[in-house]
Amino acid sequence: MAIPFQYNLRSVIERWTSTIVAVVSIAGVVAVFIAVLALAHGFQKTLVSSGSPQNVIMLRGGATSEMESAVSLDQIRILQDIDGIERSSQGLPLVSSEVVVVAAFPMKSTGTDANAQVRGVSEDVLQVRDNIRIIEGRFLNPGLNELVVGSRASQLYSGFQLGNTVLFGGSSWVVAGVFDAGGSAFDSEIWCDANNLNQTYKRPQNIFQSVTARLTSEDAFESFKNSVSTDPQLTLSVEREIDFYAKQSESVAILIRVLGFLVASVMAVGAIFGAINTMYSAVSARSVEIATLRALGFRTRHIIISFVTESILISLIGGVVGILLVLPINNSAASTMNWQSFSQLSFSFMITPEFMLEGMLFAVLMGFLGGLFPAVRASRVPIVTALRGL
Amino acid sequence: MVHVNGDNKSDSLIQVRSLFKTYTRGNESIEVLKNLNLDIDRGEFVAFMGPSGSGKTTLLNLIGGLDLPTSGSIVVDNDEITGISGSKLTDWRARHVGFIFQLYNLIPVLTAFQNVELPLLLTGLSKAQRRDHVEAALSIVGLEDRMHHFPRQLSGGQEQRTAIARAIVSDPTFLLCDEPTGDLDRTSANEILELLSRLVEDFNKTILMVTHDPAAACQAHITLHLEKGVLIESSKVVCE
Repeated sequence: MAIPFQYNLRSVIERWTSTIVAVVSIAGVVAVFIAVLALAHGFQKTLVSSGSPQNVIMLRGGATSEMESAVSLDQIRILQDIDGIERSSQGLPLVSSEVVVVAAFPMKSTGTDANAQVRGVSEDVLQVRDNIRIIEGRFLNPGLNELVVGSRASQLYSGFQLGNTVLFGGSSWVVAGVFDAGGSAFDSEIWCDANNLNQTYKRPQNIFQSVTARLTSEDAFESFKNSVSTDPQLTLSVEREIDFYAKQSESVAILIRVLGFLVASVMAVGAIFGAINTMYSAVSARSVEIATLRALGFRTRHIIISFVTESILISLIGGVVGILLVLPINNSAASTMNWQSFSQLSFSFMITPEFMLEGMLFAVLMGFLGGLFPAVRASRVPIVTALRGL
Repeated sequence: MVHVNGDNKSDSLIQVRSLFKTYTRGNESIEVLKNLNLDIDRGEFVAFMGPSGSGKTTLLNLIGGLDLPTSGSIVVDNDEITGISGSKLTDWRARHVGFIFQLYNLIPVLTAFQNVELPLLLTGLSKAQRRDHVEAALSIVGLEDRMHHFPRQLSGGQEQRTAIARAIVSDPTFLLCDEPTGDLDRTSANEILELLSRLVEDFNKTILMVTHDPAAACQAHITLHLEKGVLIESSKVVCE
């Protein structure tokens, strides 16, 4: 039988000052680790949830984002007649031809300008994207310089109260309504009529940057894509909207993870050394106890298991404290630059049970490494030397 | 009986033959024990005296399997322990040796009961059996009413009695005491020495004790005097 667990438990309590130091450093790492995962996940989830599996988005062939795409009105007319596109109650194809620009607006939090994505949409956009609903005011009137603002954009930028006039692109626009896009990327956007936006920015009237169509069903995708791909007049890429936004989120999510993990790794190294230091001082303070246990007949493995257990116990406490520290940020809003659109994307930290479990495992790993080396050392010091307290 | 000339062919419990122990410090070699021979029978209470550095504790450590000799052999209860090392020696210690240290070496975060129970955790005894053994050992040393106290809640004498209970709880072949009264006042020291004598008389325990204290040595059946690593004399110290 091993050295009793109470030995470790009471030792941890007895040496509470050094235990607290180790717990705090491990808690910090776990909190940062989970926060990074929650940040990347929130960002990704926001973009991915922007897409609907029943929608397809079409860009110029080879374009990786709307910013570098161009789709002509002629192509759009051909597209609208392809089988598989859902029709409105009036029998019109549910297609939204869209243009995007980036405009700077003052942020409420800092007062400094930040880029927002302004999207010019077609009048049927709410039928194409049926998860979007107007929560204040009304939808914009086609042909007028009116805006509907995403719920997060209305909180992020100042001046977007209903009825306000906003200036950008050399024109003035009236805020007609606020829409809720279910926490997706559209919530960070400002929408207006696509043709008016083209006029304002002096772009050709018959060129759009993307076309989003609602299909009759998710299963209609393959045949629709095949029809578009085989039509020689259409040099367009066709993707499910959900896949498009997943790809859009990838690079920034990876960037967040890499930078975040870099910070977490540096902190983890510090925490591991903290744990090692704690356990070395524990070993050093108890060298006579350890030697006594070995004299009594406890083997090397008993000593190692005991001290690694003690270290893991400390790290588990650190892990729990870390989770408690990071939990309050769950669902809190954050915004960052989306490098695909060069505009601010507002999203929420999303802490999942998996992240908490991963945080705990990370803590255990730190505890294991932090306890192992001192434990091995403790078990190797000659008993006679250690009994003299040397 | 105790013999120091090495020619005893009997089946003594402890047989030490041509024992040398040399420590090397840098380029310097220090011979701590030189050609030491010793036979100790079961039930003997042997004290080792001598000036500091004479090799008393080293001899005790070697017989207790805490250290290995440079050369020579130690046979305990027909087991040659100088040929084994590592985990086998650790297991041998757990079965055969009860240690009593000058500073008691109790685990401060464990109660007297838990301290005494430690050696039994290495046996196959059930929890109930271990409890019976621990209570019996604590009863022998007169601490049955202190079993749930932590070491800091005990006096020095009580701590040493707890350590003695820990040493005897697994019924080892012999006890090694390194200055068991060295940190105690006279009254407590006498209580401990009486207890050790009782273990020999009533339970036929074999005890090897290192001491500087003539009052402690006089409790032993025989006192062996070491000087510069050599056994120079054996005598019976008379209590004043």
